[in-house]
Amino acid sequence: MSNSVVSPHEGDQDWVPPLPPRPAAIKNPSIESKLATTAVTPLDVQTLSFPDGSRGTFSASDGAQDATGLVPASLASGAATPRRDIVDAEDSMSVMTLAPTMRPAGDIASLLTGDLNRKSPAWNMLRSQSATVLPFEALQRTSASDTLLGFSEEFDSIPAESDSEIEDEDRAMLWKSKLKHYMILSSAGKPIWSRHGDVSLINSYMGVIQTIISFYQDARTPLSGFTAGNTRFVVSTEGPLYFVAISRLGESDSQLRGQLDALYMQILSTLTLPTLRNIFANRPSSDLRKPLQGTERLLSSLADSFTKGSPSALLGALECLKLRKSQRHAINNAFLKQRTANLLYGMIVAGGKLVSVIRPRRHSLHPSDLQLIFNMLFESGGVNSAGGENWIPLCLPAFNNSGYLYMYVSFFDGVSGAQATDPAAAKGESTSDEIAIVLISPDKESFFELKQMRDAVASALAKNGCLALIRAAARAGRPAVADIAPGSQISHFLYKSRANVQFSMSTLDPVFEAPVARRRLMTLYHQLHASVHAKHSPIRVLHAASEEATSLAWVTPVFEFFCVAGPNVSRGAVTQGTNKILQWAKREEERIFIIGGGVF
Amino acid sequence: MEGPGNAAPKPSSSVKLVLLGEAAVGKSSLVLRFVNNDFQENKEPTIGAAFLTQKCNLPTRTIKFEIWDTAGQERFASLAPMYYRNAQAALVVYDLTKPTSLVKAKHWVAELQRQASPGIVIALVGNKLDLTNDGGADAGADAGAAGDDEGAEGEGSGDARKIPTEEAQAYAEEEGLLFFETSAKTGHNVTDVFTAIANAIPETSLKSTRGPGGAAAAVGRGADEQRVNLSGQRDNAAKEGCAC
Repeated sequence: MSNSVVSPHEGDQDWVPPLPPRPAAIKNPSIESKLATTAVTPLDVQTLSFPDGSRGTFSASDGAQDATGLVPASLASGAATPRRDIVDAEDSMSVMTLAPTMRPAGDIASLLTGDLNRKSPAWNMLRSQSATVLPFEALQRTSASDTLLGFSEEFDSIPAESDSEIEDEDRAMLWKSKLKHYMILSSAGKPIWSRHGDVSLINSYMGVIQTIISFYQDARTPLSGFTAGNTRFVVSTEGPLYFVAISRLGESDSQLRGQLDALYMQILSTLTLPTLRNIFANRPSSDLRKPLQGTERLLSSLADSFTKGSPSALLGALECLKLRKSQRHAINNAFLKQRTANLLYGMIVAGGKLVSVIRPRRHSLHPSDLQLIFNMLFESGGVNSAGGENWIPLCLPAFNNSGYLYMYVSFFDGVSGAQATDPAAAKGESTSDEIAIVLISPDKESFFELKQMRDAVASALAKNGCLALIRAAARAGRPAVADIAPGSQISHFLYKSRANVQFSMSTLDPVFEAPVARRRLMTLYHQLHASVHAKHSPIRVLHAASEEATSLAWVTPVFEFFCVAGPNVSRGAVTQGTNKILQWAKREEERIFIIGGGVF
Repeated sequence: MEGPGNAAPKPSSSVKLVLLGEAAVGKSSLVLRFVNNDFQENKEPTIGAAFLTQKCNLPTRTIKFEIWDTAGQERFASLAPMYYRNAQAALVVYDLTKPTSLVKAKHWVAELQRQASPGIVIALVGNKLDLTNDGGADAGADAGAAGDDEGAEGEGSGDARKIPTEEAQAYAEEEGLLFFETSAKTGHNVTDVFTAIANAIPETSLKSTRGPGGAAAAVGRGADEQRVNLSGQRDNAAKEGCAC
């Protein structure tokens, strides 16, 4: 697996990796993931200033990685973490302060100096000819043992038992062919929900899982996960409920746990915590399916967003619609001006991206709550299908898990949005640019009050032209890397502003538009994310190269940055592109993020 | 129902109408058919409640229905009084192919007769007529591929009807309800239900509205005790005396 390892210690040893014997990995068919756990240059920005400190420490990790290379890398989460404790140093220093001119080139492996000086001229020529290879392009052509082979059928439903045309055995096979499963059961072993398969099919599996979990219950440390073959099982217990994620997609345990947590939040959002506790306090063998009736779709669409790969869930951040600062200001003001007494939170959302938010000074909205709302509005299809306005009791668990709030939802193109409707645009509009206004109140009787507010906001926004601006911005979609950093070879990036708990990303179109390509990209991001968020020795900068893609992760107290480029793009080029994107993010900060929002 | 427009503007009045009934009987589909003349296979369950409006032109007046389409799941039952309070009309829906849904419908009728406005017009509606042999030419073909949870029941036989028309009809007569069997899928009888309700609303309980929101706000703010008087009683808000 030691393709393209860049040795950080050429001064100490003679072993200077020549340029990647890239096809080496192919010799070993057991390596399923193409994100090599080698090919990694773990590099603390700070230690660059003190090169001595990092010497010699990498050989151990290289060895270890060679060994783990036999394990499917998708399961060896965290393997990219160097086996040493990184000095927890201040890393607020920017890349620019460590410009290549400040230090001799090629001394240690450096993100900044690039590795071009170690390439043979022949390789450079070769590379220049194939620099346009896109990430995962090679994989798409040759992939017999590809895990994602069946991904296109991942979301197809399994025929019900009543369907006599299909044998039980075939149904079980179909069920097993899914790459990702989520299950929720009560601690008494009663099935509550499963993403795939109906009760008759999954009942026995639920029983097995319940047995395994309860076997470890009395142990000092309860079962949190296990691996079988290339499948990772992660278990999470929340009071009377067991949550199980079964994945062959290579997420880390903590990422899967985060996904299970979101499912739990969805259940709380339906029932509230006291109700959930009551149900099981009175009767531990209660069947929770009845009280949750009608929310299966919400759980499924949430689960599917994880399976498809959700940057929002991965980063725990929100995406905002890019707007000029003055425009957002105008929207916020129009919104604030119409505020009614019973309003707690108000939001305008366009295709899952936040446009404007108004909130009381003492409360902010938690991303996990917004994730539930966005899932309900834009993914599950339960709210807007009939048009009209909706009045939805829901609990926002991160805000307050013990009571309900009432959410008024109206889509601007809905039947009653007459003032705001541009009939031409209303036709054929997909969910990606639907604009919704969401008003949340603690008072269940305030529907008509909020409806009036909505009408006032709608006509104000229509009058000052903001609605058209929002619609245009929503339709314009995410920016392309080529527009942000012209000439860079980066194919895609994620940028999270930690202070704002928001992220921005480049468009998935056209390279990552297809579900499988998108999943590959997200899998890579998940692996990068796991490496830089490893609990004990997180790395701050990670450059990874494999035969499928080059990628970079970079974490500072201010931002988290992840990007992916084609397999032949050099580190130097990736770094250059990164710097351009970071400059763009800094420059456009007030456009791509909502800073503060409207506060009352 | 849309008659040719008369020269003189007809009096227009708002009518608050609520839909009640077990989950997955087709309440939202009936509304969707009435409001948008549309049908969606495999419609997602309503969450909470949806509020829609639709005009119904009668020869002498125009009725503007303000429709509360409620979710049928048990956990939303405690919110129902908020929606049927001050309602002038109610559509209690059951699924012709599912006996338990008629039982639930009878419960709703009883609750409405006990708790709602005394003059409320209640229509009992048996939906999914397309799954039965009475459903017209395409019924047989559709029965197997029924889009709902109960679809499986209809398989094998051409007729998935479980509740005879006579049984429901007799119950409706006994309780003084309007009665219809409909198919939201084919549109059969759907507008007829709403037109019949519009005709059945007594003239006296209609309040002419010109300005939008006026009556609506008053209705929504909920003056529990003043069931017929629809004039705004804002201060009277949030009486928690009801069953919720």
